[in-house]
Amino acid sequence: MSWNWEVFCKSTLEEDFSPVCFGTGGEITYLDWMFSAWGWTLSVSALGLFVAMILGVLMGTLRTLPPDNLLNRSLALLGTVWVELFRNIPVLVQIFLWYHVIPALFPVMKGFPSFVLVSLALGFFTSARIAEQVRAGIGSLPRGQRYAALAVGLTTTQSYRYVILPMALRIVIPPLTSESMNIIKNSSVAFAVSVAELTLFAMQAQEETSRGIEIYLGVTALYVVSALSVNRVMAFIESKTRVPGFIAAASSGGH
Amino acid sequence: MKKNLLVAALLGLGVIATAQADTLAKIKSSSAVTMGVRESSGALSYTVGDGKYAGYHVEICQRVLSDVQKQLKLNKLDIKYQAVTSQNRLPLVANGTVDIECGSTTNNATRQKDVAFAVTTYVEEVRIAVKANSNITSLNQLAGKKVATTTGTTSVQLLRKHERAANVNFDEVFGKDHADSFLLLESGRADAFVMDGSILAGNIANAKNPADFKIVGEVIAVEPIAIMIRKDDPAFKKSVDDSIKKMMKDGTLAKLWDKWFLQPIPPKGNKVGLALSASTKDAWANPNDKPAEEYAKK
Repeated sequence: MSWNWEVFCKSTLEEDFSPVCFGTGGEITYLDWMFSAWGWTLSVSALGLFVAMILGVLMGTLRTLPPDNLLNRSLALLGTVWVELFRNIPVLVQIFLWYHVIPALFPVMKGFPSFVLVSLALGFFTSARIAEQVRAGIGSLPRGQRYAALAVGLTTTQSYRYVILPMALRIVIPPLTSESMNIIKNSSVAFAVSVAELTLFAMQAQEETSRGIEIYLGVTALYVVSALSVNRVMAFIESKTRVPGFIAAASSGGH
Repeated sequence: MKKNLLVAALLGLGVIATAQADTLAKIKSSSAVTMGVRESSGALSYTVGDGKYAGYHVEICQRVLSDVQKQLKLNKLDIKYQAVTSQNRLPLVANGTVDIECGSTTNNATRQKDVAFAVTTYVEEVRIAVKANSNITSLNQLAGKKVATTTGTTSVQLLRKHERAANVNFDEVFGKDHADSFLLLESGRADAFVMDGSILAGNIANAKNPADFKIVGEVIAVEPIAIMIRKDDPAFKKSVDDSIKKMMKDGTLAKLWDKWFLQPIPPKGNKVGLALSASTKDAWANPNDKPAEEYAKK
């Protein structure tokens, strides 16, 4: 067998090839289809990441609340339960729970498109991981910062808003970068609930064209490009938000 | 029939060289032959656990190889079983790892560029399964309905072509495997499940209540499923073909059909319940190794 990259220029309906590799006049080539699948992968990942970031930062923060009163202790418990629930169930199982089980319990969710369900599932799964990283980031701050914030008269909420979170979130940007890259790779499970993303494309197109190697290599390249772009964007955010001297001070170990 | 697993691809795909094309000489000198089998291709080829394989095509191959053994006058022929997947079966046959693949491979023109096929022993018909209380009786009634099919099968492409040709629109939902697609039909997320008849029959037979489902409508497409061997090896192809043709003539294949598709089969004693189709009968009456494209023209 030899390489046959022309397979991407092939029409998905007829046995003919498009000279420009993109379909014209309603014709769809495998290349068109792959890019549309890439779009689905990126959409699922973006929506999932959005949900994960908000819930992850929230739950991670709740877990670090000082146990001063019953409300704080309940909120911290909520965060703990959340994290343990969503990170101890395999992601594929969670996807099936969202797709088959939850709509059976709440019939109103039967109308939800699987794109939304799978983004929620991925978002909740990743939020548990992000929550742990945020908690670790907050835990790594010298305790004196919290006390200093309270000493100048800030409330607990204000101390988080103005002192703790701005520092903690900067510290956790590197692990958040991995999570953001992970969610793109994890989005491949969306094929299991009929979202036409890259993995579904790969499995389907390799069967139709019998050119599995070329199709899988093309899809792999797109996954690499997506994950690397996220990596670069996060590196940019990291450099733009850096507080001069802060990370250096932390790494020298002085409290 | 053409189910895919994501992984496995890299196993054989990396090294695709054409091995020496004299399988008979290879079998004679080594007194061994490697049969490619599938883990779960319905009653055609599947594992019964413990590294043992069974099925309609597996048994045909065992009989073919026993004829080959007689032809080569070998006292002993050691049959090794090698599980293959949809992704690696072609490269493994082409590079000589597997000598004869007895699974559920569709004989089509693209594949004939890399491998050869024995005469067709099984013709698959793509059909529609619906709930017994549904009033759908044909493909044309599926416009605007939710139609389930399995990712990585040619049925997806068939539906797409039909949509284009008839200018209708199906709301397709893709199951990740056949069991998943059937669940979509069972749970009401899909109104119909379009798939190979043998798979529909097998899933219905294993359902909680088989009477709740029925197979309806026209035959959407037929596909010849055949035993796969190396390309450009006319001597081996002739031995295999002659052996199969002999079984077609003397009624062995009809007996094997009854054994694997109508009687209870191991390991659980389920019945597939798939009656012998006219297309398969026709292929037995006129042995041929024509690719799927030729069948589609009819």
